[in-house]
Amino acid sequence: MHLTEKEEAAEILRISGVKADNCMQCGKCSAACPAGAKMDILPHRFVWELMNGRVNNLAASNTLWQCLSCFTCSARCPRGVDPAKLIEAVRLSVIRKQGENRLNVDELPAEIDEMMPQQALVSALRKYNK
Amino acid sequence: MQKIGVFVCWCGSNIAATVDVARVAESVKSIPGVAFAADYRYMCSEGGQELMQKAIKDYGLSRVVVCSCSPRMHEATFRKAAQAAGLNPYLVEIANIREHCSWVHKDKEVATAKAIALAKAAIAKVKLNTPLVSGESAVVKRALVIGGGIAGLQTALDIAEAGYKVDIVEKTPSIGGKMSQLDKTFPTLDCSACILTPKMVEAATHENITIYTYSEIEKVSGYVGQFEAVIRKKARSVSVDRCSGCGICSEKCPSKKAKSEFDQGLRNRSAIYIPFAQAIPNVPVIDRENCLKFQTGKCGICAKVCPAGAIEYEQEDELVTQKYGAIVLATGFEPIDMAKFGEFNYEYCPDVITSLEFERLTNAAGPTQGHLVRLSDGKKPKSIVFVSCVGSRDTTERGKTYCSKICCMYNAKHAMLVKEKYPDIDVQVFYIDVRTPGKSFDEFYRRAVEEYGVQYTKGMVGKITEEGDHLLVHASDVASGAQLSVPADMVVLATAIKPAADARKLATMLTASIDTNDFFTEAHPKLRPVESPTAGIFLSGVCQGPKDIPETVAQAGAAAVKVLGLLSKDKLLTNPCVATCNEQTCSGCLACEKVCPYGAISAEYKLVNVKGLKERRLIAQVNEALCQGCGACTVACPSGAMDLKGFSNKQIMAEVDAIC
Repeated sequence: MHLTEKEEAAEILRISGVKADNCMQCGKCSAACPAGAKMDILPHRFVWELMNGRVNNLAASNTLWQCLSCFTCSARCPRGVDPAKLIEAVRLSVIRKQGENRLNVDELPAEIDEMMPQQALVSALRKYNK
Repeated sequence: MQKIGVFVCWCGSNIAATVDVARVAESVKSIPGVAFAADYRYMCSEGGQELMQKAIKDYGLSRVVVCSCSPRMHEATFRKAAQAAGLNPYLVEIANIREHCSWVHKDKEVATAKAIALAKAAIAKVKLNTPLVSGESAVVKRALVIGGGIAGLQTALDIAEAGYKVDIVEKTPSIGGKMSQLDKTFPTLDCSACILTPKMVEAATHENITIYTYSEIEKVSGYVGQFEAVIRKKARSVSVDRCSGCGICSEKCPSKKAKSEFDQGLRNRSAIYIPFAQAIPNVPVIDRENCLKFQTGKCGICAKVCPAGAIEYEQEDELVTQKYGAIVLATGFEPIDMAKFGEFNYEYCPDVITSLEFERLTNAAGPTQGHLVRLSDGKKPKSIVFVSCVGSRDTTERGKTYCSKICCMYNAKHAMLVKEKYPDIDVQVFYIDVRTPGKSFDEFYRRAVEEYGVQYTKGMVGKITEEGDHLLVHASDVASGAQLSVPADMVVLATAIKPAADARKLATMLTASIDTNDFFTEAHPKLRPVESPTAGIFLSGVCQGPKDIPETVAQAGAAAVKVLGLLSKDKLLTNPCVATCNEQTCSGCLACEKVCPYGAISAEYKLVNVKGLKERRLIAQVNEALCQGCGACTVACPSGAMDLKGFSNKQIMAEVDAIC
C-alpha cells in the first residue's frame, strides 16, 4: 500500500509512540546534542517536520546516520517528547525499505566486537534483523 | 401525597444540544407525586425563576426539582426563588444534568436516558426532604494574615484601614518577603525597597495591626467567623522591648559562618543577626544552630556588649491563642531547587547564578554593594547570558508544568539594568517565548532590544561548561538552525517559582484545598478568585498562582474586601445540613468522634428512654456550630445512629433505588 507523505509521518509518530505535539520548539534537544554540528536537520527541526506531516526530507537527511542514539535530547527535553525515538523510527523505516541490510555477528571485526557496548550490539541486531 | 414540580433547564445549548429536555420533562410527569413538569431555556434567568414561583403557587407545589447545572452554580439561586414563593429552601433539589451529563456525553440518546435517571433520583430524594432552618453564629471581628510579604502587608493594611484588627504572622525574623530582596521593579524600574519599606513601616505602626515575626501557625481550629489559631512565637533570644537595634551584637559575634538567607547565601552572617538594614522589627534574632553560646555554652559576647541588656538566652517559644473571623493565606513562593538540572552546572560553577541571586548582586544593599562582579574571581563580567524557562513549562519530573509568569519581565529588567550601568557588557537572553502581557510590559521588553541592544535568541540552552576562566553556553538558535557555543563570564538562570514549602502543611491544617503544584485553589477560577472553597479562608498573592507585584497587590486588596464583607456581618447563617445522632440507637462507641475532621463530636452520659426503661448511657453529641456536614460520621457509625440532615441515609438510598 502506498502511503502519502502525511500518512507516512503519522505512521512514524504512531509506531514511535512519541507525542510530537507536546513539543514547544524550545530547541533544547538540539542545544544538548553532541552530534548536532554534523546534522543537516537538527533534532528540534526533525520533530517539527513530523509535527507538520513531512517525512521525505527526513528520510534523506544525514541526521539519521549522525545521530548517536545517546538519548541526551530525550533526557533534556522539558516536555518529555523523546526526539531520539523519532529519529530511530525514521531510520528504521528507511532501513526496512532497503530490505536486505542485515547484520551478521560473525562478520564483525574482533576489535569492534571488543569495544562495542553490549547495548549497542543488541540494538544493532534488533535494528537489522527484521 | 407530595406535589412535586420538575423544571428542566436547557442552559441554552449547553444541555439542550445533548439532552432532549422536552423528553426529560415528559417522562417524569408519570412519576407518582409529580404535579408539574416543564422545560425552559434558562431556569436561572428571571423568567425561569418566575416560572418556578408561579408553578409553586398555581399547583400548590410542596417540593421542587431543578434539572440544571451543578448545585455549586445555582443551588442558592433556586433555593432563594423557592423561598420567595413560600417554600422552605431545603425542599429544593438539583439534578445536575450539565456537568454530570450533557458536558461529558456526545450521544443524545444515551445522555437523555441518563438525564431522566438523574431526574428520577432527585425526585426520589426530594420526597424525603424535610424543611430545615439555618442557625446563626457570631463573627469575631479580627482577621489573621499568614505571611508578611507584600501580599500579606497589603491585605492587612486594607483591612486595618477599614477599622478592623488584623494580626500578621511571618515565619522569618522580618516582614517584607521576597520583594524586600529585589533591586528594581518592572516596568518602571523604581527601587523595590523605596516602595516597599513605607508599607512595612505603615503596617508596623498601624494601631489595628499586630505583627508576629519569627512566628508560625501551630494549630487552627473552628470555622468561618469563629477560627481559633495557636501562634508559635519562636524564641528570638533578644528582648524586642529593650533592644535598640544598634547592631553591636552582630558586629562582635564571633560566629560568622552561617549563610545569609536574605542574601541568598552570597554572604555570611553572624549567629545573632538582623536580616537586612530596613528589617521590621529592627531587632536581631539568635540563630541557635550557629550560636556558640547555645552549641558549646561558652561565649556570651553579645550579652556582654549589649548596652541595653536585651539578650535573653533563656527565652523560650511562646504560644499565643487568638480568635479570628477570617484567615488570609499570603504565604508566597520560593525558587525551585537547581539540583536536578545538572546540565547548567549551577552547583559547580560559581558564575552560574539564579535570578534571585542576581537581584542581590545588583542591589546597592547587597553583598557587593551593587557592584556587578563574578563570584569566582571578583572581576567585572564582560558578557552575561540570561536563560529563560529554567524548570518552567517543564512537564517532566524535574520541573513545573506552568509558566512562572514573572521571568520574561525580570529578564528584560536585568538585561536593561546591566546595560544601563555597564554599556560595555554584552548581554544575551535565550528564550523559548517572550511572554509580556500587561500594561507597558511589551514596550518594556522591546526597549531592552531596541534601545539597549540586548540580544534575544530563540532557543533553550542545552548545556553550560567551564572553559578556562569563562563559561561556554551551548544553545541552538532555532530560528536559523545554527548551533551556538557562546562564551560568557556569567550566566543567570531564570528559575521557576513554586509555592512556599509549608503551603501543604497549612492547607491540611485549614482544610483549604491545593492543586497538584501546591498552589492554593480558589473557590471559582473566574468568579471567586481570592476565596478558598473553605469558608472564611482567603487567598492573597503568589500562594494562589504565579503573579507579579502589581497583580499581587491588586489581589491582596481584593482579598481584603472579601474579608471585610465577612467581618462587617454580626451573624452568619449556618448550614443546617449537619449531622444528628439518634439517641435510641447510638451505642456510644464513638467511631464517629474519631473520623470527624472538625472536632464536632463529643460524648456525654444521658438518660435515654429505651422501650419504656430509663437508662443512663454514653451518647455521641454533635456540635452543630462546628459540624460542616461532610457526612464522614454517618458512614463510620456501625449502628446507623448518625444521620446527616438534608442527606439522610434514607434519602441517599432512595436516590440509589431510583437509578437502579
